[in-house]
Amino acid sequence: MSDKITLSHGSGGVQTNKLINEVFFKYFNNDILNQMNDAAQIDIDFKKLAFTTDSFVVNPIFFNGGNIGKLAVCGTVNDLAVSGAKPLYLTSAFIIEEGFSIEKLEEIVKSMAEEARIAGVKIVAGDTKVVEKGNVDGIYINTSGIGEIYENVNINCANARPGDVIIVNGTLGDHGMTIMCERNKLGLEGNLKSDCASLNSLVDTMLEAYDGIHVIRDATRGGIAAVLNEISEFSNVTIALDENAIPLKEEVKGATEMLGLDPLYIANEGKLCVFVPEAYAQKVLSAMRMHPHGLQAAIIGKVTEEMGQKVYLNTVVGGKRLVDMPSGIQLPRIC
Amino acid sequence: MKFVDEFRNNEYSKKLVEKLNNISSEKINIMEVCGTHTMAIFRYGIRDVLPPNINLISGPGCPVCVTPQSYIDTAITLSEKKDVIIATFGDMMKVPGKKGSLSVKKAEGADVRIVYSPMDCLQMASQNPCKKIVFLSVGFETTAPMAAITIMEAKKNSISNLFFFTAHKIVPPAMEALVQDKELKIDGFLLPGHVCAIIGTKPYEFLSEDYYIPGVVTGFEPLDILQGLNTLVRLISKKDYRIENEYKRIVKAEGNPIALEYLNSVFNIVDSSWRGIGRIPNSGLEFNSKYEDFDALKHFKINYEEYDGSPGCKCGEILKGKIKPTDCPLFKKLCSPENPVGSCMVSSEGTCAAYYRYHKETK
Repeated sequence: MSDKITLSHGSGGVQTNKLINEVFFKYFNNDILNQMNDAAQIDIDFKKLAFTTDSFVVNPIFFNGGNIGKLAVCGTVNDLAVSGAKPLYLTSAFIIEEGFSIEKLEEIVKSMAEEARIAGVKIVAGDTKVVEKGNVDGIYINTSGIGEIYENVNINCANARPGDVIIVNGTLGDHGMTIMCERNKLGLEGNLKSDCASLNSLVDTMLEAYDGIHVIRDATRGGIAAVLNEISEFSNVTIALDENAIPLKEEVKGATEMLGLDPLYIANEGKLCVFVPEAYAQKVLSAMRMHPHGLQAAIIGKVTEEMGQKVYLNTVVGGKRLVDMPSGIQLPRIC
Repeated sequence: MKFVDEFRNNEYSKKLVEKLNNISSEKINIMEVCGTHTMAIFRYGIRDVLPPNINLISGPGCPVCVTPQSYIDTAITLSEKKDVIIATFGDMMKVPGKKGSLSVKKAEGADVRIVYSPMDCLQMASQNPCKKIVFLSVGFETTAPMAAITIMEAKKNSISNLFFFTAHKIVPPAMEALVQDKELKIDGFLLPGHVCAIIGTKPYEFLSEDYYIPGVVTGFEPLDILQGLNTLVRLISKKDYRIENEYKRIVKAEGNPIALEYLNSVFNIVDSSWRGIGRIPNSGLEFNSKYEDFDALKHFKINYEEYDGSPGCKCGEILKGKIKPTDCPLFKKLCSPENPVGSCMVSSEGTCAAYYRYHKETK
């Protein structure tokens, strides 16, 4: 490993995993952490709890579809929800740069409160630190969350099985492309809007339709490609995607095309993928489509009977290609 | 943006593949010159659907890949200078040099910023009057006009803290070098759509006239590529040596006269070194005397000598299409996108990166 942290170490792909394994797991190593789920699953007094934390450093702080505060609530709520838990309590810690506008801070906090209300969680503890100008970029937020895992639900990224159908709850890449275009003032914004949303009520709807769902993951950093590669690895299965079936907004298609990026690798903040046995797929899909955050839900692929851990895509022209774990940060091409 | 789905239609692509199966059964070697074509071919699994007699060879059309190692080493030297901001396209960040990459230098404290267009440097220069901005100006005929416009703007507005470290390359002379290579047998070229949009189709006519090799200009969507291959295979099988344009929605025979005018006003054509290939006559662009004040090498008094690096790396033969990345002993062993030995593994348009990411048998 190179002896300095580079941006690649924070991009959710190969280098992030390497850093986690070679530094954090090396010292923190324990049975719960090693399961590598979105939220830790812990047992206290016969109650199964999910516990997670996430930090938010997005630039720009305000973007079409949300801001860093909304993101901080949704992100942690979603990590709990996709673990099959009902999110209950959040903490939030702020690291603020000297000189940051209080009006903006209030706007951020207000949207956190609003999102917490929507998600049905309480923000019960917090912390504030202010650092000298230049030491952070405006404001960083950490949220931690705790939720109660539903009885009879066993969602785990090691549970995918051959024959499972893979469903996503809508168009991919919306958040990442919105941020990239706004951050770099590419003038492509148009109707690009972050999909940032709390997905716990959608997950409830899905579990009501079928409580035997094998895997749910939210496809954040590294996009759907990173998440599917992790599931393939942990469940030791091969995943086949159908390129024709992957829902993408025209704006995202256009912007990724222009920049030479692959929408499968672009971050989402309100999208999840779910692995369901084929027999229950239509039932779950129909339930998702009745929910405001699942109107464009679609079946995008399946777990095959093939041996090995890989993800591939059946392309629009009838060919096949690998969908590898993302590596490095997504960089636009030269020409 | 519209007109994307139309060129990814499943039904039409099946028809084009069927047609392609019936044109010729002879073994045909086709080089796709452009890195964006290489990536698109992998991304859509086009090799899988082609008849087995058609062999696609990836060419040298990736700007990062053909930039010699001396360039990246010099860029790193520049990044170490006091009060210098390096502005670069994202692709260059991870290219390995002798002393690491720009990405590592950035982590160590150098001010390296990714830009999406050279024009971004104008604002960067005015916002940082006490700093010197050095733009790493690489790329083919596609990016050079933007660099030219930027520099003309800089001159017009008397911006004195913006410099260019140029390594722009011209595609047709490199193709001539390839067809003169006796070891390579290329029956036809898929010509680079983006480059042709600037220079038109005329600069490629030497291929058919002097070397009896046909070429087809095509776009980057799956149907573009399949249609281009259909036309090209038909020309090859009929021994009809011509340059055809199957990307008429973007490419005109005369190219883009305005962009060419910008190029001519700013640059002179010079000999240039291509990584792994060597020095190719008339294949590079250098500022003419009117704009030499913007030349980073002159301003920082750097004596620039070109050289190649990466011992053991087979980039040269891969860029010339003589071997496939899977034939390189370093591929997937010492060389990966996380630890690239050569730039072909770094760039999103590099042949090795395409094989690594998308090629099924490599897993």
